[in-house]
Amino acid sequence: MGLRTMLDNLAPLFEKGGKYEKMYPLYEAVDTGLFSPPNVTNNTAHVRDGIDLKRIMITVWVCTFPAMLFGMYNIGLQANEAMAAGAGTVIEGWREFLIVLLGGGAHDAASFWDNFVFGAAYFLPVYATVFIVGGFWEVLFATIRRHEVNEGFFVTSVLFALTLPPSIPLWQVALGISFGVVIGKEVFGGTGKNFLNPALTGRAFLFFAYPANMSGNAVWTAADGFTGATALSNAAEGGVQAIIDAGVSWSDAFFGTIQGSMGETSTLAILLGGVVLLVMNIAAWRIVAGVFGGMVVFSLLLNMIGSDTNYMFALPWYWHLVVGGFAFGMIFMATDPVSASMTDTGKYAFGALIGFMVVMIRVVNPAFPEGMMLAILFANLFAPLIDHFVVQANIKRRIARVS
Amino acid sequence: MSDLKKVLTEPLFSANPIAVQILGICSALAVTTSLNVTLVMCLALTSVTACSNFGIALIRNHIPNNIRIIVQMIIIASLVIVVDQILKAYAYEVSKQLSVFVGLIITNCIVMGRAEAFAMKNGPVLSFFDGIGNGLGYSVVLVSVATVRELFGSGKLFGFEILPLIQDGGWYQSNGLLLLPPSAFFIIGGFIWILRTVKTEQVEAPDFKILPNTEHSGGH
Repeated sequence: MGLRTMLDNLAPLFEKGGKYEKMYPLYEAVDTGLFSPPNVTNNTAHVRDGIDLKRIMITVWVCTFPAMLFGMYNIGLQANEAMAAGAGTVIEGWREFLIVLLGGGAHDAASFWDNFVFGAAYFLPVYATVFIVGGFWEVLFATIRRHEVNEGFFVTSVLFALTLPPSIPLWQVALGISFGVVIGKEVFGGTGKNFLNPALTGRAFLFFAYPANMSGNAVWTAADGFTGATALSNAAEGGVQAIIDAGVSWSDAFFGTIQGSMGETSTLAILLGGVVLLVMNIAAWRIVAGVFGGMVVFSLLLNMIGSDTNYMFALPWYWHLVVGGFAFGMIFMATDPVSASMTDTGKYAFGALIGFMVVMIRVVNPAFPEGMMLAILFANLFAPLIDHFVVQANIKRRIARVS
Repeated sequence: MSDLKKVLTEPLFSANPIAVQILGICSALAVTTSLNVTLVMCLALTSVTACSNFGIALIRNHIPNNIRIIVQMIIIASLVIVVDQILKAYAYEVSKQLSVFVGLIITNCIVMGRAEAFAMKNGPVLSFFDGIGNGLGYSVVLVSVATVRELFGSGKLFGFEILPLIQDGGWYQSNGLLLLPPSAFFIIGGFIWILRTVKTEQVEAPDFKILPNTEHSGGH
């Protein structure tokens, strides 16, 4: 009880009229982060449940760890392999200094430690930047607008960091998360009131503002001078055969030893986190089913239609699943409870719209090889409309029963 | 005299046509990638609004109510054609960049809005200055948007290099989003945000308020 008593003793300082009244959101964040909140419902709903927004968000955060840890290893693996093949050189600078300091200086792609240290030296600074800059905005708005700071930001920050390419400059990371948190969330009133996924809003900003650092062939592996097409751009050039010719088998793509954004490459690691989320009923399985179903159905349809000039038409669904950001978006981004549809029927429709759009953008649109980010943002815009129709249909059905 | 001052200064911030009346957004998105073009557009719109207000106010008592919009359109359209011809004659390069947007002044909501809301009810001189005032209000927003977009999008102001770009051996990496029209939405949004922070009377009352459904039980 020592900690509880200590917090209780501090409380009057932060409550109305106290010395640090302005910093109340910070106190509140620490208090409810450590102990379950003391709030009780005061009107008709009387649901008793120990799990609240904070516990949900922190669970999602923990569930990204497999993808994050594997991502770090893979960043190193990709870069060290590229260097061993002589396709790129070491990027000199403070990161390399850190890598050498921690014993990863040999750049041996066969050594787990070398790869992991290398990846950590690239991912952790990005994540730290996201956390510090995004956290600053979060606390600033919470203090001025007097709402709570909550762990929603833990999720936004880790998802945002994991969708970035490893070679991204840190100032762009700071700019992106600022845009995501301020324009994507806080201007609408904070967590729960945003209609777009803040992490994807930030990524979309960077994608359109600095395309040279966010797309193309040079950004996915952290080795100087290295360029290599991603599986998706290979597929656009020559279908599945081109991916395999580039040395990437389906199991490589499934286990994640391919180049790509920091946390999105390993479908297996993402699904590991995803299973936990689905079993705990935190991620809506209806949305995941919708995304998966929409993608499978539409890509099968395109397989049947076929095309002589566009190789992407022939890409089977099990490849769509493992390349690019599909799995990551399906498990972590599409299931964001705030920006997705709320109704059960709506969740299938919302998911299916994402699955349809991602295949649509990947296959039919020549400008963007990857479409997961845009597909989810697009569906986010439609989520309230989908809910509206579901609710109206329900009202109609029930009125018909009465009359 | 105080009326005159009011019609000239109010549209700048308190009743800004873009930020408060939300009129004329389309051209604000389209012509604000560089300051040169923006200034010419502002000049064109201000003169058209002022002159059309003047003309319409002159004959306001003779316009049959049923066909007033058509009469207003004829006056506005003639003025726009004059402006377009002048631009083609004396500022050909800029007029090429403005392309259809000069012609689209005809349908610009600010011009029509002021003719309908102000010139139909007030004298010609006052209407003329109301046109100038609203043109200036439009210009304030457009120039701020264009300044941000040109400075951070291409590192220049009026075509002069301010932030040397990486491509040209400098240090500044241009922000590609600012060269795309949707970026103007964000900047106009930011402008309205600042304006409402300063002039709190512009903030509307919320449509509804969510009642708190939990209360602090005391406890800890």
